[in-house]
Amino acid sequence: MTDKPQTLPIQSATFTQEVNAEIRRAAATGIYDIRGGGAKRKLPHFDDLLFLGASMSRYPLEGYREACGTNVTLGTRFAENPIELKTPITIAGMSFGALSGQAKEALGRGATLAGTSTTTGDGGMTPEERGHSNKLVYQYLPSRYGMNPDDLRRADAVEMVVGQGAKPGGGGMLLGQKISDRVAEMRNLPKGIDQRSACRHPDWTGPDDLEIKILEIREITGWKIPIYVKVGGARPYFDTTLAIKAGADVVVLDGMQGGTAATQDVFIEHVGQPTIACIREAVKALQDLDMHRKVQLIVSGGIRNGADVAKCMALGADAVAIGTAALIALGDNDPKWEAEYNKLGTTAGAYDDWHEGQDPAGITTQDPELAKRLDPIEGGRRLNNYLKVMTLEAQTIARACGKNHLHNLEPEDLCAVTLEAAAMTKIPLAGTDWYPGKPGTDY
Amino acid sequence: MQTYDLEADGLRGLNAALQAQATETNQTVWEVVNPRGSHAIAVGLDAPIEVNVKGSTGYYCGGMNKQATVHVHGSAGPGVAENMMSGTVVIEGDASQYAGATGHGGTLVIKGNASSRCGISMKGIDIIVHGNVGHMSAFMGQSGNLVVCGDAGEALGDSLYEARLFVRGSVKSLGADCVEKEMRPEHLEMLADLLARGKCDAKPEDFKRYGSARKLYNFDIDNAY
Ligand SMILES: Cc1cc2nc3c(=O)[nH]c(=O)nc-3n(C[C@H](O)[C@H](O)[C@H](O)COP(=O)(O)O)c2cc1C
Repeated sequence: MTDKPQTLPIQSATFTQEVNAEIRRAAATGIYDIRGGGAKRKLPHFDDLLFLGASMSRYPLEGYREACGTNVTLGTRFAENPIELKTPITIAGMSFGALSGQAKEALGRGATLAGTSTTTGDGGMTPEERGHSNKLVYQYLPSRYGMNPDDLRRADAVEMVVGQGAKPGGGGMLLGQKISDRVAEMRNLPKGIDQRSACRHPDWTGPDDLEIKILEIREITGWKIPIYVKVGGARPYFDTTLAIKAGADVVVLDGMQGGTAATQDVFIEHVGQPTIACIREAVKALQDLDMHRKVQLIVSGGIRNGADVAKCMALGADAVAIGTAALIALGDNDPKWEAEYNKLGTTAGAYDDWHEGQDPAGITTQDPELAKRLDPIEGGRRLNNYLKVMTLEAQTIARACGKNHLHNLEPEDLCAVTLEAAAMTKIPLAGTDWYPGKPGTDY
Repeated sequence: MQTYDLEADGLRGLNAALQAQATETNQTVWEVVNPRGSHAIAVGLDAPIEVNVKGSTGYYCGGMNKQATVHVHGSAGPGVAENMMSGTVVIEGDASQYAGATGHGGTLVIKGNASSRCGISMKGIDIIVHGNVGHMSAFMGQSGNLVVCGDAGEALGDSLYEARLFVRGSVKSLGADCVEKEMRPEHLEMLADLLARGKCDAKPEDFKRYGSARKLYNFDIDNAY
């Protein structure tokens, strides 16, 4: 040892510990990192927007006494039976296979208690979720696992999945550990294989084909139920325009923070646009076609609380969808399983190896012993409570902005706290009346 | 026999009438005239009825069929008999792309040729083609049988799971993980039955069988460490 002054060891901001660990992992295994969840990097998000609240020129509504509506009707364009929801917070499509039967049941129970809808996923419709979901949206995916006309007619709406925010342009993945007998049978696959489902629909390609495909599905379901089109946040203006042209009743737009059951990490972190960057573009497409509020817009991707919900609505959405947050409400990543997370080499809050099927919380698994840890009735109660809180939070904000319905929130209620968020949402930077690219300004 | 003029009376009325037929219906034979390439003809049927379409159809004719026999006396556009569950669809002429896509069951017979991606993602359907099939046929085929009496285009059976492919003529190329397999007696027997169902005048012994090498079933991971 010497007393001579030394420099401190400096960790590289480029080659961080995480980056180096991933290089070593790749070097050892020869396979890319697969994980669940959404983008973990910091991105411009709803936290970069604030509400202004009422002031001299806007009256607030009385916090607890004056009504502030939260209901929404989805699918008013062509469907004979649009979907009526009490809260605009819906449960996003998550597959049986990725999730246990108990988790699907809990989602159905919670959504039903809260007066909202839940959604099937890449793996078909299970009797548990149909039975426990008052309103169930049936996904029509490229894989068509378990797709059949009886379930189609049992559904309250159909969601044509073109893409997902976590992986626009990518297909599904369900690794061998989770292909149990039941999952294999529902998907008509050999047990235990690493299933990679198609990224493109097998029997249509462009928007002109989709229009005919939607016609076929309407003919099979007698024009009764709404047809949604779900797109990942890639080119929201054009994707929304083309979905409307193809005949969608509802457009579901999922930004890059959106979760997935399993995908390559490189895909999750490097493909797609942040959720807040997508919303105004989609709304502009709706407005340009005079379809805003006629074709409803559901936004998802990183929604966590009532403020996020209110911000989506203010930017022009009709409703939102949650995936990851719903799983956390059920108990995913709960610190009470810390010892078991540690055994899996991770920690509560960071656990994302959902594809491995060893979820200590019993949610993203097909292991019957682990799955038993989630009581679907208790899970449903927790989800309902959480949905209730989010709805109350959104109402609180709407009243403070003087709005008697969440749908009356508007861009003028917001300001942005970062330049990036201002540019992406065309909401003025706080303290200014300007956002980058504002017409009439040179910058 | 019921006759329905599609041009005069419209698609909705046709599908609504056909879908309303119960299993014990006595209106068992229908004739659809003036189809003129319309899309989604006779979709979502669920009764043992026979529908004869007198002309060519557009996209998705016979889509999601259960129980019914749909007979197209002409050619069929893309996605004929897509996601069929059971029953029979027969095309007298040619079929466009994605014929029998994702079919879970039933029999699709194409008397002419089928274009690309015939039997894509098939899940139990039996498809019998009297002529040739185009490229990428049976892509990701999961189960069921594809019989081709003529030739197959490029990348036959790419990323195949457990679907069985039988081709009498040449195969331009095999797709990833698709290989020629031994034709055992049980396959010859199965093929004879398929050929009979498809009313094909062909001998099972003249066919070759192709299936999955099953090398893509699991990720290739280096476990040396
Ligand atoms: C476990 C899990 C499974 C999913 N499965 C599907 C699926 O089968 N089909 C689909 O379109 N999206 C699927 N998604 C994406 C969700 O539908 C939704 O787009 C996303 O979760 C929204 O973002 P959030 O998780 O940040 O709320 C899944 C997401 C998760 C977390």
